[in-house]
Amino acid sequence: MLQRIFNRVRDWVEDRTGLLEAVGKMARHLVPPDAKWWYVFGSATLCAFMIQVISGIALAFSYIPSASQAYSTLQFISDDAPFGHFLRGLHYYGASAMVLMVGLHMAQVFLFGSYKFPRELNWATGVLLLGFTLVMGFTGQLLRWDQNAVWSVVVGAEQAGRAPFIGKWLAHFTLGGDTVGGATLTRFFAIHVFIMPALIFAFVGLHLWLVLRHGISEPPKAGKPVDPKTYRQEYKELIEKKGRPFWPDAAWRDTVFCVGMIVAIAALALYFGAPQLGKPPDPSIIAASPRPDWYLLWYFAVLALLPHGSEKYFMVFGPLLAGVLLIALPFISNRGERSPSRRPWAIAAILMIVLMMAALWAEGVKSPWSPNFKAQPLAPSVVGATNGPVFVGAQLFHSKGCLNCHLIGDDGGRRGPNLTDVASRLPSSQMILRISNGGANMPAYAANLTTAEMDALVAFLQSRKIQRP
Amino acid sequence: MHESNNNNTQSGQRPTPTPEEITRRRFLERLSLVAGGVGALILAVPIVGFILAPFFARKHEIWRSVGKLESFKIGETTAVEYEDASPLPWAGVTARSAAWLRRVNANTFIAFSINCTHLGCPVRWLAEANLFMCPCHGGVYYQDGAVAAGPPPLPLARYPVRLQNGEVQIQTAPIPITKK
Repeated sequence: MLQRIFNRVRDWVEDRTGLLEAVGKMARHLVPPDAKWWYVFGSATLCAFMIQVISGIALAFSYIPSASQAYSTLQFISDDAPFGHFLRGLHYYGASAMVLMVGLHMAQVFLFGSYKFPRELNWATGVLLLGFTLVMGFTGQLLRWDQNAVWSVVVGAEQAGRAPFIGKWLAHFTLGGDTVGGATLTRFFAIHVFIMPALIFAFVGLHLWLVLRHGISEPPKAGKPVDPKTYRQEYKELIEKKGRPFWPDAAWRDTVFCVGMIVAIAALALYFGAPQLGKPPDPSIIAASPRPDWYLLWYFAVLALLPHGSEKYFMVFGPLLAGVLLIALPFISNRGERSPSRRPWAIAAILMIVLMMAALWAEGVKSPWSPNFKAQPLAPSVVGATNGPVFVGAQLFHSKGCLNCHLIGDDGGRRGPNLTDVASRLPSSQMILRISNGGANMPAYAANLTTAEMDALVAFLQSRKIQRP
Repeated sequence: MHESNNNNTQSGQRPTPTPEEITRRRFLERLSLVAGGVGALILAVPIVGFILAPFFARKHEIWRSVGKLESFKIGETTAVEYEDASPLPWAGVTARSAAWLRRVNANTFIAFSINCTHLGCPVRWLAEANLFMCPCHGGVYYQDGAVAAGPPPLPLARYPVRLQNGEVQIQTAPIPITKK
C-alpha cells in the first residue's frame, strides 16, 4: 500500500519535473572501465567543499561578522556552544582537506595528461577553482577575527599595494578603508560567505558540465598520443565498446573515499579541535607574530628568503605568472603523449613542486629569519663566568638583542650565524669589525656600544669555543 | 545605403541591415537585450556605488592626544595608543591604533608607524639595543627609523606630531602602504 502511494507520488513528481530522468542520465553516463582510484580526488574536493558549506552555514548561526563582536562569538562557539569546538575544527580541517584534494586532483590530471585536447577548458576552470579555494582559505583565516587575522589583513594589503597603478586602491579595498576597522571584517565576510561560494558553485557547475560533455579521460597508455583529429572518434568507440555507467560502477570508489575523508576530518576535529584563538583583534597590541595557516606558510617562507629588493616584483608578478602559466598549459601543449612514462619532465615538474613546497613549508614552520623575542639571558652554566668581562659580555649579548638572532648552544634565535663556536673561526679584530659595521642582515653596532661594552662583548664571544679532543 | 554597406564591409564591420532585414524577431531580440541591459544598469549603479563609494570618500585626519608632555622621557621610545580618525560605531577594539613615540629633546618628538615597511607586521622596540625588530621576516631599524638590516625597503614611516596645551598629539594617518 505504502509502496504504491510512494510510487504514484514519485511518478507524478517525475512527470511534472523530469528530474529523475535528467539526473539518472548524468549519473549513468559511461566512463572508461579502468578509471579507478586515481580518479577520486576531484569528487573528494567537491565533497570537502560540501563539508565547508554545511559546517559554514552552521557556524553562521552563531557567528556575528562585526569587528567588535566576532571575537566574542568565536569564543562562545569554541568554549560554550554544544559541538561548537568540533564544528570549528570540522571547518578548519575541511578547508585543509579541500586544499589538499584540489592539489592532488591537479597533480593527477597533469600527470595523466588529461588536460590535453579536448579538455583544455576543464583544466582552465579547474585552475580558477584552485584560485577560488585559496582565496577562501585566506579569507576564512581572517574571519577567525583574532590578532593574527588583523595582522594578516595588513600583510595582505601591503602585498596588494605593490601592484602597479592600482596598488593603493587594492590595498584600500583589502583593508576596507585607510586602516583595519569596522569595514574590514564585513568585507571579508561578504567575500568568504557569498561571493566566493557563488563563484565556486558556478565554476563547479561549469567544470562538471565539461566533464559530462567530453567524458572522463581514459587512463593514459604509452605510445598512444592525443591527436585532435582522431581523439574524439577513438574515445567514442572506447566508451561505446567498453564504457561502464558512472553510477554505481565508478561512483562507489568516490563514495568510499569521500566517507573515509569525512571520517578523517571528523577524527582530526574531535582529537585536535579548532585552531586556538589568538589575542583579541586590537591593532594597538604590538606584541604579535602573524603567521598564515599551513597551506600558505610556504609562501610566507618565499617572502622571507627572496633576495632583498626583489620582493616587489615577486609579490606582483609571481602569483600572476603562476596563474597565467597554469591556465596556459593546455594551450601550449594540447596534443601528444599523455602517459607519464613518456613525459619524464611532467614527473620531474610535480616532484620539484612538491619538494620545493615541502622544503619551504618546513622553513616556514621554523621561521629561522624571525628574531626570537622569547630569548632569556644565558644561564651561568652556558656563560661559564659569574663576573668579569665574559659575564658582562654575555649580559650585553642578551640586552643588545644579539641573542634574538644568534644561537649560543640551544639558546637564542636563528636569524644570523650560530655563534656557539665563533671563537674557532673569528679573531677579535674580525669580531669588532663585524659588530661595528653590521651586514645585510645585521645592524651596525658602532654607535650603539661603548668601547668597554665592545671589549666585554668580544671577550664573551672569544670564550665561545667548543673544546675538541 | 548600398555605398554605406560596402564601406562598412570594407572596414570589417557588419553591413547595416536594410529596413526589410530588421524583422520583428530581431527587433524583439534587441529590445530584450537592451531592456535587460537597462535593468542590470539600474541595479548595478547603486550596488557597485554602495560597495565602492567609501573608497572615494574624503578622509579627515585629526589630532589625537597620546599623553602629557612630562610623561615622556628625553631619549626614550614608548608605544602610544590612540583611536582612528572616524571609526565606525561597530569597530570595537579594531578602532585602536598604535605608534612608537620617541622624545628626541625637550620639544621634539618623532612618531613612527608600527608597521614594518616590508609587509606591514608590527615592529617591536628593544630599548636596550636601541633597535626596532620585526617578528615576521627579521627586518631591523635603528632608533631613528632607518633600515638597519633585513628586507625592509624603506625606513619606518613617520606620523605628524605636535605639542598642544602640554599634551603630545599625533595626527591619525592611513596604514602606510609601501610602494617600493
